[in-house]
Amino acid sequence: MTGGDLGGWEMVVGLEVHCELKTATKLFCGCPNVFGDEPNTNVCPVCLGLPGSLPVLNQQAVELAMAIGTALGCEIRPSTFHRKNYFYPDMPKDYQISQYDEPINVDGHLELPDGSVVGIVRAHLEEDTGKTTHAGGTGRIHGSDYSLVDYNRSGVPLVEIVSAPDIRSAAQARAYAAELRGVLVATGASDGRMEEGSMRVDANVSVRRGPDAPFGTRCEIKNLNSLRSLARAVEYEARRQIEVLESGGTVAQQTRHWDEDAGRTVTLRSKEEATDYRYFLEPDLVPVVPDAQWITAVADTLGMLPAARRARLVDLLRADGGAGGAGAAPTAAQQDQIATVVDLGLDDLVVGTVAAGVAAPLTLARAANEAATEPELARGLDPVAFAALLGMEESGSLSATQVKSVLAELMRSGGDPAAIAAAKGFEALAEDTLVATVAELVAAHPDEWQRFCDGDDKLAGFFTGQVMKATQGKANGKAVAAELRRLRG
Amino acid sequence: MPGRYSISRDDVAHVAMLARLELSDAELDTYTDQLGAVLDHAADVAALDLAGVPPTSHALALANVLRPDEPRPCLDRAEVLASAPAVEDDRFRVPSIMGEAP
Amino acid sequence: MSPAGATPAPALALADAIRSGERRAVEVVEASLAAIAERDGELHCFNLVLADQARARAAEVDRMVAAGEDPGPLAGVPVALKDNLCTRGIDTTCSSRILAGWRPPYDATVVTRLARAGAVVVGKTNMDEFAMGSSTETSATGPTRNPHDTSRVPGGSSGGSAAAVAAGFAPLALGSDTGGSIRQPAALCGVVGMKPTYGTVSRYGLVAFASSLDQIGPFATTVADAAGTFDVIGGHDPADSTSLDRPTPRVLSVLDEGIAGLTVGVVRELLDGADADVVARIRAAAEVCAAAGARVEEVSVPEVALGLSAYYLIAPAEASSNLARYDGVRYGLRVEAPDAASMNVATRTAGFGAEVKRRIMLGTYALSAGYYDAYYGQALRVRTRIIEGFERAYRTCDVLLGPTSPTTAFPLGERLDDPLAMYLSDVCTIPSNLAGHPAISVPFGTGGDGLPVGAQLLAPALGESVLFRAAAVLEAGAPPAGDPGAVDPGAGGAVTGEGAR
Ligand SMILES: [Mg+2]
Ligand SMILES: [Zn+2]
Repeated sequence: MTGGDLGGWEMVVGLEVHCELKTATKLFCGCPNVFGDEPNTNVCPVCLGLPGSLPVLNQQAVELAMAIGTALGCEIRPSTFHRKNYFYPDMPKDYQISQYDEPINVDGHLELPDGSVVGIVRAHLEEDTGKTTHAGGTGRIHGSDYSLVDYNRSGVPLVEIVSAPDIRSAAQARAYAAELRGVLVATGASDGRMEEGSMRVDANVSVRRGPDAPFGTRCEIKNLNSLRSLARAVEYEARRQIEVLESGGTVAQQTRHWDEDAGRTVTLRSKEEATDYRYFLEPDLVPVVPDAQWITAVADTLGMLPAARRARLVDLLRADGGAGGAGAAPTAAQQDQIATVVDLGLDDLVVGTVAAGVAAPLTLARAANEAATEPELARGLDPVAFAALLGMEESGSLSATQVKSVLAELMRSGGDPAAIAAAKGFEALAEDTLVATVAELVAAHPDEWQRFCDGDDKLAGFFTGQVMKATQGKANGKAVAAELRRLRG
Repeated sequence: MPGRYSISRDDVAHVAMLARLELSDAELDTYTDQLGAVLDHAADVAALDLAGVPPTSHALALANVLRPDEPRPCLDRAEVLASAPAVEDDRFRVPSIMGEAP
Repeated sequence: MSPAGATPAPALALADAIRSGERRAVEVVEASLAAIAERDGELHCFNLVLADQARARAAEVDRMVAAGEDPGPLAGVPVALKDNLCTRGIDTTCSSRILAGWRPPYDATVVTRLARAGAVVVGKTNMDEFAMGSSTETSATGPTRNPHDTSRVPGGSSGGSAAAVAAGFAPLALGSDTGGSIRQPAALCGVVGMKPTYGTVSRYGLVAFASSLDQIGPFATTVADAAGTFDVIGGHDPADSTSLDRPTPRVLSVLDEGIAGLTVGVVRELLDGADADVVARIRAAAEVCAAAGARVEEVSVPEVALGLSAYYLIAPAEASSNLARYDGVRYGLRVEAPDAASMNVATRTAGFGAEVKRRIMLGTYALSAGYYDAYYGQALRVRTRIIEGFERAYRTCDVLLGPTSPTTAFPLGERLDDPLAMYLSDVCTIPSNLAGHPAISVPFGTGGDGLPVGAQLLAPALGESVLFRAAAVLEAGAPPAGDPGAVDPGAGGAVTGEGAR
C-alpha cells in the first residue's frame, strides 16, 4: 500500500463506527453483557425474541450514549426507536430495534491530533445481533455447510457513530478511528477492543477530481476489524475506483467486503439488491426525552477527553521550555510521545512527576519510552517515586540504563528508587574513575579521537558507548560527554 | 373489480418475497383480488387530505421508561435449546446462510 | 337503584364460598372439567385442557384455606386462557401450526397475577390464528362453535374464551382485544367482555399481533366478575414499557354507584351499519340509562367511520413485523430446506394459514418503500383524527353507547372467503383500540334470530370506573334471558320471543 498521492484525484471517506457499550446488562433486558461466555447462556425471552416478550430500555445505555454525544459535541435530542425489518438468523426477532429519524445525538465533530476536524452526523443507539459460526466448508459464510448461532451478544447495546464525508486520506481515516476509540474509552462507554468486535468500522468511500468536484458514487466497505485494515481498505478502494473511472468505466454503488488476506475489496451486493427495511416506530417502546438537567448530570460525569489531555501535556512542555526554548512547539518526536502517553493513560503520571520538579521533556520521554513498556504497571506508579528516580538521572547519579533497570523494579514492586538503585549496586561512578576510564579509552582509540578532535561529533557517541561497556552502564552519559569535551579543549 | 388503488399481481409477488412466503399461481391470483379489495376500501383513507395532522403511533403519551442496569437471571440453556428445531454445540443450527446480513 | 354489583355473582361468589370454606375448590374445578368433558367435543372451545394441573392447583387452594391462609380474591375460580397467553412449560400455540408444540419458558404477567389471586387455569382456548379474525374460524385447530347455535360462529378472535364462558365451562376467561377480539365474541356469545385502557394491563407474555393496539381483558358472566378480574390483572408492570405507572382504577368497589347525572352519548355512526334489531336493542339500552338518571343524547363522531380502513393498515403493518420471528430457527415449526432463507420461506409458507398470510402481506405492503406515506403514514394521521373525534364527544358525554357488533352471530363459513365482509364485523369495536380507550360489551337481549346482542359502552382513557358503573346499570336493566327485550316497531317483524338458550 502506498498512501498519499492519487494523481489529481481526491478520496472522500465517511466512517460508520459501531461501538458496544460497556454496560452491565443488555439494551432491552437484564441479561449480562459480557464477552466470551458459554454460548446461549446469557439469554432470556427478550433477547431471544420469544413470542410475548417485550423490550425495556437500559438507563445506563442511554446515559453512555449521551456521554458519547457530549464528548463529540453533539446536540442531544429527544429520540425514538424504530424497527428495521429484515430476515437474518442472527437476529432473533427478524427486526433490529434501532434509532432512525430521531437519533439521540446529532451534529457533532471530532478534532484529530493533527488539528483537522471531522463532522459527526449522528450517534444513535441500537441493539447488536447474535453471533454466527459457519461450519463445514471453509469456515466462512460462503461454501459453509451450515451455521450455528449463539445469541449471547444479541441485544448488547451499540452506539453507531456516523461521520460526515470529511475524511480525505487513509491516514486520516485511521487517525479518526483511533481518536474516536480514545474518546469512547475516555467516556467509559466502551473498552474500544476492535479484536473482540466491541468497535467495528464500515467505510463509505468515493473519489472525485479535486476538492471542488461533486461527490462521486460511493461504495460501503464492511469487515474492517483493525485500524490497519481500515487504512488499507480505504486506500485500496479509492485506487480501485480511480482505476475504474480512468479506464472510462463508472463506479457502481455497492456494498463491498474487505478481504484482509487478499488485500482487496470484493462485491457483496449491488444497490439494486438493497433491502426494503420497512422502518416504523417501535410500538413496544416510548420516546427518550432528556431534559437539560439530565444532560448536564451526564456531562458532569465525563472525564477529560484525549484532545484536552494532549493539550495539557503540550502546555507542560511549553511552560518548561520544551525542546527549543520557552513557548516553543513540541518536536515531532514529542508529539508522538504525547500521543503514546495519552493513549496508554500515562498522562496523569507525567503531570504529577513534572509537578514534583522533574523537567517535562525528560519525564515525557521516560514515560513514553520506558514506562510505556508496561503500561498496566506504569499507571500504578507513584509520581513522587518516579520523580525521585528521574531526579537521580538529572543529577547524573544514575545513567539512563540504570534508570530503566530501577524503573522496572519500581513498577513491579514499588519502594524507594534510591534504595533499589543501591541494592542493584548503582552507586554513581566516582569522578576520578570516570576520568581515568575516558583517558584509557582515548589512548586505546587514537584514530577515532583524532576525528573527534577534527570536529566529527558523532564520535562522542562512540566513546560514550565504550565507556558504558567498560563500566557496565554505571557511567553517566552526560558526565562522559562533558569529560570528552574537556579533553578536546 | 379492481379500483384505483388496487395492488398488482407483481406487487403481491414482491411483498410475498419480502415476507418470506411462497405463493402458488392460484394463490397469487386470490391474494391479489383480496388485498386489492381491502386496499380499495382503504382508498377513503389514502384520499383524505390530512396534511398538518400529526401521526399517532402510540395512544399513550409516555416517555423515558427506563430500567436500571442490573443483571437479571437468564434462562436455563437446556430449556432454551429444547425448543429449538436443530441444535449443535449448544448453538442453534441453521442451514447454510447464503449471504451476509444486509 | 342498586345494580348487580351489590349481589355477589358467579366467579366472585364462588371465590367467597371457597375462601370461607363453604365450598371446596376441587369440587368447583371438577364441575368445570366435567362440563368441558361433556360438551367441548362439540364446541371446541379449548386447544388444551389442563385437567391435572387444575386439580393440583385447586387442591393447593383448598389446603391454603384449611391452613387459614387467603388464596386471593379469585380463590379456586376456574379460568380459561386464550392460547396466545404464555404459560410456562405449557403449549402456547396461538392456534397456529407454526407454534405447535412450543412451550414458553415463562408465564405472561397476567397469568402470574391470576395465579397470585388464587385462580385455577383449566385450559388454553381456541382463537383465530394469531388473533387475526372475527369468527375463530382461522384457527389451525378448527373452528369454535357458538354455544347458542352450533351452526354459528362465536365471533373472534377470542371465540374460544367467549364460548367457554357462555357454555358454563368456566365463569371467567381472558382474551386479547386488538380490534374487538374480546368485545365482539362476548356480544355474539352473550357474555360480558371488556377491553381495558391501553397500558393498564401488562402485555408481557401476550403473543403480539399489533403491539400498539393489543390489550388483554376479561370475559365473565357478570359485570362485577369482569370488574373484579380487571382489578386483579391490571396495574403497572415494569416488564412492559407501555404499562402505565399510575394507580389503575379499582372498579369493583365503585360498581354500584350508578350513573345518575352522567351523560350517555349514543354514537350515531356506530349505529349506521348495524342490523335493525341490533339498533333496536341499543336504543332500549339507552332508555335503561335514562331510567337510571343519566342524560342520554345522540352524538356524532364521524371520524369513527374511518377506523376500519386505518385499522386494516396499522394492525397488519405491525403484525407483519411481529410475526417475522417465526422463521424456523429458534422454536416452533421448521420445514427443512437447503439454505436458511429457503428454510424460512418453507417454514412460514407451511406454518401460517391464509388469513395470517393475507395480513402479513397487507402490512408488508403498507410499510414498503413507496407506499408507506399513502397507507401506513396516512392511517396514523387518521388515528389522530379518531382520537380528536372522541375528545370532542367526551367534552359533553361521560360514556358513549353503541352496538358491539353490527349483527348477531353469523353462520360458520359465511364470511370466510370474503375478507372484507369479515373485517366489517369489527367496525364498531375498532375505534376504541385506535384511541387506546376502554370499552365493554354487555349482553342486552337478543336479535330477531334469538341470538345475543351486545351493547357496547365506551369511555375515555382510564375511564374504567364510569365504564363499569354504566355497564352495571345496563346489566341490571337488560331483558331477562329468554326475553328478546323491548320489541322495536321498526325492526321489521323478525323479532321472535325465542330464548337465548
Ligand atoms: Mg446500524
Ligand atoms: Zn436477555
